[in-house]
Amino acid sequence: MEEATSTYLLIIGGVLFALLNVAAGLIWVERRMLALWQDRYGPNRAGPFGLFIVLADSLKLFFKEDWIPPFADKPVFIIAPAIVMASVLMAFAVVPFAPGIVVADLNIGLLFFLAMSSMGAYSIILGGWASNNKYSLLGAMRGAAQMISYEVFMGLSLMGVVLMSGSFNLTEIVEAQRGLWFFIPQLLGFVIFFIAGIAETHRLPFDIPEAESELSAGFHSEYSGMKFGIFFIGEYMGITLISCMVVLLYFGGWLGPDLLPPIVWFILKVFAFISVFILLRASLPRPRYDQLMEYGWKILLPLTLLNLVVTGGVLLWLGE
Amino acid sequence: MELTFYIAAAVAILSTVMVITRYNMIHALLYLVVSFLAIAVVFFTLGAPFMAALEIIIYAGAIVVLIIFVIMMLNLNAESVKTEEEWLKPRIWIGPAILSAVLLAELVYIFTAAEFQQTAVVAVDARLVGIALFGPYMLGVQLCGMLLMAGIVGAYHLGRQNKKVIHRFLEKEAAQ
Repeated sequence: MEEATSTYLLIIGGVLFALLNVAAGLIWVERRMLALWQDRYGPNRAGPFGLFIVLADSLKLFFKEDWIPPFADKPVFIIAPAIVMASVLMAFAVVPFAPGIVVADLNIGLLFFLAMSSMGAYSIILGGWASNNKYSLLGAMRGAAQMISYEVFMGLSLMGVVLMSGSFNLTEIVEAQRGLWFFIPQLLGFVIFFIAGIAETHRLPFDIPEAESELSAGFHSEYSGMKFGIFFIGEYMGITLISCMVVLLYFGGWLGPDLLPPIVWFILKVFAFISVFILLRASLPRPRYDQLMEYGWKILLPLTLLNLVVTGGVLLWLGE
Repeated sequence: MELTFYIAAAVAILSTVMVITRYNMIHALLYLVVSFLAIAVVFFTLGAPFMAALEIIIYAGAIVVLIIFVIMMLNLNAESVKTEEEWLKPRIWIGPAILSAVLLAELVYIFTAAEFQQTAVVAVDARLVGIALFGPYMLGVQLCGMLLMAGIVGAYHLGRQNKKVIHRFLEKEAAQ
């Protein structure tokens, strides 16, 4: 019992430590990769390969004046950035990084992830509303509409995987992919989940709640110092979370040839998807707000329903 | 597990009281979210993890977000908080408080008079919920579907207006 508790605490601590470092490290990764794809150098002065930019950035954020506007709704203004961090970190509790390395192996793991990602919407809405600023409010309203719409397709596109594996438990879903990773039979579901994931993390090309060229910074225009930093890090954690989920649900999680340990396979796959996220930012333009909503409801929703019906039908047909 | 149940239940009651007594609507809705989360924990401790997840996804995650969405558009400010304060005078609480006290007394009487058998907690997973929904409660599911369909058709009807949009690009699309 004593030993079990200590390994348990070790896993929790390790997961937290690794995640926060990955999220901070992604600042550097993103800036370097964007620069690479745009034929620039990016940050390359401080430390080896400019790695210490992370340190400089976080020090700067800590020492900046943490200003709360007098016209803001103070308690809500303070609570909003905490919500994004808490909800994303909570969602990581059900992610199995390798066999045995999981904080909580819930039977409703997948639903827990969906629940936490829907709680994340509050940070945008409340942050934008509490700032009491026109641009922030517009950003918050866009964010609310976008996240609610894309949550629908996100949940529905996952149901194909649930049908095929017969479980909401993420470990069992990964084990069900021995032999054939789900991205082959569930290609449509994978594509829709990935698009919805980009919209949920409001990354480019779907960063319409922030849209710095039209809304200055959208929902977090009024935030400064570490509160802004938390929104920033929360976004990177969101990217990591969606990449983890894509890998777990469609690319076999930690499964892979025996030449590398499972956890290494998992990390490699996750980093591949994080790079795709960054590449998307470097290459795609931002759609208009109404185009985004139309695209979701008129194209993605029918496609997800079709995917669900076909998957169910094929499973029934094979079962007979 | 029993202790977590009582804590979550207390949080749910307290936050629901806060929902009713707040003058600022967004703050009230925030407490409503907390109340839903507490109820989800109650479901979880009573052996219904599936319902707990749905409670968060649907009520806390979608419905309250939609309500906040509407309230954000109303542009409430300090003035509206003041009007709310005027409407909700302490005198108004007397009537409902007496009636609720009667109900509470009855509830306490029922709990003390009747004998309850402590049944073991049985976990109800997604499969059992599905079997119940599409077995004995089939009619209810169908009726809910019809109700939602009516809602969608109604919303479409209300939202379908040919507005005149003065914009050099959008005009052609809106004219259709």
